Amino acid sequence: MSDIANKILFLPERASTFAERVDVLHYFVVGTTMVMSAGVGLAALFFFFRFRRRVPNQTTEYVVPDLKTEFLFVSVPLVFFLVWFAIGFRDFTWVTTPPKDAMDVYVMGKQWMWKFAYPEGPNGVNVLHVPANRPVRLLITSRDVLHSFYVPAFRIKMDALPGRYTQVWFEATKPGTYQVLCTEYCGLSHSKMLAEVVVLAPEDFEEWLKEQQRGRLQGRQDALADTSLVPPVARMAEQGEKLTATQGCLKCHTVDGAPHVGPTFLGMYDRQEKLADGQTIRVDEAYITQSMMDPGAHLVVGYQNVMPTYQGKLQGPETAAIVEYIKTLRTANVREVSSEGPAYDPIQ
Amino acid sequence: MTPSSSPTAEGVLPGHDDAGGHDGHHHHPNYLVDGTTVKSWLLTIDHKRIGLMFLASVLFFFLIGGVFALAVRVELLTPGPTVMDAMTYNRAFTLHGLIMIFLFMIPAIPAAFGNFMLPLMLGAKDVAFPRLNLASFYIYVTGALLMIWGMLNGGLDTGWTFYTPYSTHTTTTVAPVLFGAFVIGFSSIATGLNFIVTVHTMRAPGITWFKLPLFVWAIYATSCIQVLATPVIGLLTLLVVGENLFSFGLFDPARGGDPVLFQHLFWFYSHPAVYIMVLPAFGVMSEVVAAFSRKNIFGYRAVAYSSLGIAFVGFFAWGHHMFVSGQSTFDAGIFGVLTMLVGVFTAIKVFNWVGTVYKGAVDFRTPFAYFCGFLFFTVFGGMTGIAVGTVSLDMPWHDTYFVVAHFHFIMVGATLMAFLAAFHYWFPKMFGRMYHEGWGLVSAALIILGFNATFIPQFLLGNYGMPRRYYEYPARFQALNVASTAGATLLAFGFVIVAIYLTYALFYGRASGKNPWRSKGYEWLSESPPPTHNFVGPQPTFPEEPHYYVAPKKDEVKDV
Repeated sequence: MSDIANKILFLPERASTFAERVDVLHYFVVGTTMVMSAGVGLAALFFFFRFRRRVPNQTTEYVVPDLKTEFLFVSVPLVFFLVWFAIGFRDFTWVTTPPKDAMDVYVMGKQWMWKFAYPEGPNGVNVLHVPANRPVRLLITSRDVLHSFYVPAFRIKMDALPGRYTQVWFEATKPGTYQVLCTEYCGLSHSKMLAEVVVLAPEDFEEWLKEQQRGRLQGRQDALADTSLVPPVARMAEQGEKLTATQGCLKCHTVDGAPHVGPTFLGMYDRQEKLADGQTIRVDEAYITQSMMDPGAHLVVGYQNVMPTYQGKLQGPETAAIVEYIKTLRTANVREVSSEGPAYDPIQ
Repeated sequence: MTPSSSPTAEGVLPGHDDAGGHDGHHHHPNYLVDGTTVKSWLLTIDHKRIGLMFLASVLFFFLIGGVFALAVRVELLTPGPTVMDAMTYNRAFTLHGLIMIFLFMIPAIPAAFGNFMLPLMLGAKDVAFPRLNLASFYIYVTGALLMIWGMLNGGLDTGWTFYTPYSTHTTTTVAPVLFGAFVIGFSSIATGLNFIVTVHTMRAPGITWFKLPLFVWAIYATSCIQVLATPVIGLLTLLVVGENLFSFGLFDPARGGDPVLFQHLFWFYSHPAVYIMVLPAFGVMSEVVAAFSRKNIFGYRAVAYSSLGIAFVGFFAWGHHMFVSGQSTFDAGIFGVLTMLVGVFTAIKVFNWVGTVYKGAVDFRTPFAYFCGFLFFTVFGGMTGIAVGTVSLDMPWHDTYFVVAHFHFIMVGATLMAFLAAFHYWFPKMFGRMYHEGWGLVSAALIILGFNATFIPQFLLGNYGMPRRYYEYPARFQALNVASTAGATLLAFGFVIVAIYLTYALFYGRASGKNPWRSKGYEWLSESPPPTHNFVGPQPTFPEEPHYYVAPKKDEVKDV
């Protein structure tokens, strides 16, 4: 049934849990739109014929709607629209709130390619491997102008902004290869900024990981391509650890829980912080990145606004590396817990 | 196609059901022949002549914008390069969007027909500030020339939305085009201000607020938006020019700026601008449906108030263009709910228009044919607007052809139908001549069909996942693109027919008489074409509400 509807509506195949949710509302909204258009059209058509002019100077009755009619005109569409809004907003909240156990992948848009990086290993260009039936959170940023990461089969899309991380998640439901398109105009070759998501069955994904570890990918074009990075290292967290030293973060932030000029990194990630303006905020990738780029934006209570901005000093992958390093300081035994993401050695 | 072949005879009758005591003598020259030198036109302060000059300008820009639309559609016939390279394509769609929005759609109905009709509908001799009105025309021309000069020299490729940081990084010339938009903004503000003051101060005795024609209500609401929102885009264009030329660093993250700030400021103007385009269209349609159904407007107050409602809520819905821009989920919820309210106000209008036909006396003429097209485009375009305003559904649809199809349906479809309906409805009023009704109906059918054939495939393309502003596309999208281009060809063909028979009618059309539609709209109480100061003799009074077609009292002639 829904396959026929998808064919009629030209919807691409449904390959994520979100796609299944969205499509149901899609049918409902499009169906109501059709019925409404037809209803208004047919009513008008009937009136055109029923009340056609019979003599040139015909007069008409003075008809005005009673309050009940006007109330109906307002309330019927209002109820429909609010129901759609409520369902749509519930689903939107769902897709912008990744589950805790989601596997992370960093996505960076750059004129005109997509780069993917796993926290536990090297990256790829234009091909993203993910396992089926497992939530994957994408942490998206841009190197230059705006881009937008769009997978039609998953029904997800999120803008890539320079100097900032946005996030969206999906759970692919069946193995296959799905197209990624850029939907925010980004210049000359905007329409060539294509990539693909390769969804593997869980056991195939494990196999693929092992292949990575054996270094079979050496020389492949989707291997690490961003040569502007500081010499690539195995794990983003390790790279981040070095960066915190070379960028001077550790002059003000400690990693052992001791208070200093700035908040300690230990246990910072995922903590609720009280802000100077009375709000509380959860420390996530977006907040940490923002604090590097615009330190005064959300000041944690009790600290002075003395940190310089790292805007322009840190590249997208470098901020991601620092975030990953801070994540490892979440709990004392975090390194002993098995990793959520793929773990393999650098391709160098 | 001969001047006398119109199927109706009533238009030639000198008689009209005008019960007012206006002087019908012809020793006062009409505005078209009162001064025939070039100077008497270029320096005129007559709102009707200024309206005509605006009309000629917007038609010229519509032609250019349309040619570029066809160029874009031809390029998209094949998945790869077809007739131009990528940079040319990017400039072509930018030019199409900029010209159509800033030079055609925004001024089309208010500056051309609003200027012409508003004083007539108010029983006034002119607008409140006739010289400001003329200045507004020249400001518009200056801005337009600046824009086009910029596009020819350097060629902007940012799309009409100028999103930063692309627009501050691109090597193409952004500054003159944006400065042109800035200048045009002043024209928009001046016209809006002029109309607001005119409506407040120049209504003839008898025209209370709730006897105003609905076209006036719509223009009034539009003017409020123009005056309040246009300064924001004016400042924004200056800031982007500053960013581009002097590296301000407001929007560029590499200098500590925020690229999303630009989007907020841009849509704070550009979302209300959608209503600047479509509210006057709603106003025209209220007049047309009443005139050709010979009925008072069903729910007059509801239609009038909903214009103000749309104008008000329209200011608070801009964030629905930014659901996936990284704004918070909470923001998305707020903007989502407010978007729904715009839909409700539009629904009120639609239901009341259909209600107006109920128990009416429908004469199915060309303007009414456009009303039918309008009804479909507004319902379908409006409902798909609610669909993309539904946050979860917007996630796949955002920035795809679904959105392209949606905004063409509501902005272009509705506005174009109203523009053509207004042109045909008021053509006898403006020029005192009739066009060929048969060709009018044929071309209306072609245009409505062509429009649907162009944009319905684009809804499906959006569902299928084709992003907008793509020069090349995966081969699976081709069939729908070919269908869309075929529709665009049909549409263009329809416009050519309209251009031919209207130009012919302008010179050789038979005399229309004062009120060929026997409309009870206020504007028909003056001569067609009107004399220079609109009304001859004492100031007219308007005791009845507009479009009052109730059976006449015993002292009036009843020709049943």
